[in-house]
Amino acid sequence: MPMNFDSILGPHEKALNMQAYRARILGANLANSDTPGYKARDLDFKAAMSEAETAGSIRSLVTTSKMHIQPEGYAFGAELLYRRPLQPSLDGNTVETQVEMAEFSENAMRYLTSLRIVGGRFNKMLSALRGE
Amino acid sequence: MSLFNLFDTAGSALHAQTIRLNTTSSNLANANSASSSNGDTYRARQPVFSAIVDQFATEEGAVKGVRVMGIVESQTPLRHEYQPGHPLADEEGYVFMPNVNVVEEMANMISASRSYQTNVEVMNTAKQMLMRTLSMGQ
Repeated sequence: MPMNFDSILGPHEKALNMQAYRARILGANLANSDTPGYKARDLDFKAAMSEAETAGSIRSLVTTSKMHIQPEGYAFGAELLYRRPLQPSLDGNTVETQVEMAEFSENAMRYLTSLRIVGGRFNKMLSALRGE
Repeated sequence: MSLFNLFDTAGSALHAQTIRLNTTSSNLANANSASSSNGDTYRARQPVFSAIVDQFATEEGAVKGVRVMGIVESQTPLRHEYQPGHPLADEEGYVFMPNVNVVEEMANMISASRSYQTNVEVMNTAKQMLMRTLSMGQ
């Protein structure tokens, strides 16, 4: 049976990459919870994941020169979106700490879940190699 | 490695909130520092926060954290109090008092402290994620 890392790890490798990236976006939102005019952003995980599935890999726009500029707010083939606040504040800030914190914790749990699965698959491979 | 950058982001927020706490404590400490002239009187200070945005960002993330652009003095008028016994009082018996609003400062202090806690929590979670990543497959 042919074996390669892609088929063993499945979507979890890409998921880990995106979850780590999403943790950064949500972390930046939380860091700017008191910055006037800051707009909270988030990654459409489903869109990014299906883009990565169809494209076969995580991709950014192809550049042929170092001077080429990547579009802002564009990651993993999906656009970074803006959060719609439940209660808009007067200073134009759309970060709601409780919402961001909930998303951040959930994202961290999903990251740890993917990590556990990937780790488990590596362990399986190891035991197959050892022939125990 | 993108998870390490989370420490920079949360760290910048901790720094900004520390400055905010510092100005708050300075304002509260000087809430009753009287003065004899308009120019010498202490005025409430507030930090101005601004997001650090990377214009050429791609997968590395567009926003990198928060920074303090500067500290501004409050423009609200000073309190003018009648205290003829005060050594700094002018001929009519008035002294200038700082424009510090103690209630606002207390609310500011609580808000800064909560934001600080949130970012410490972010750092702890990031640390946990990294530690688990390092021990993967063990």
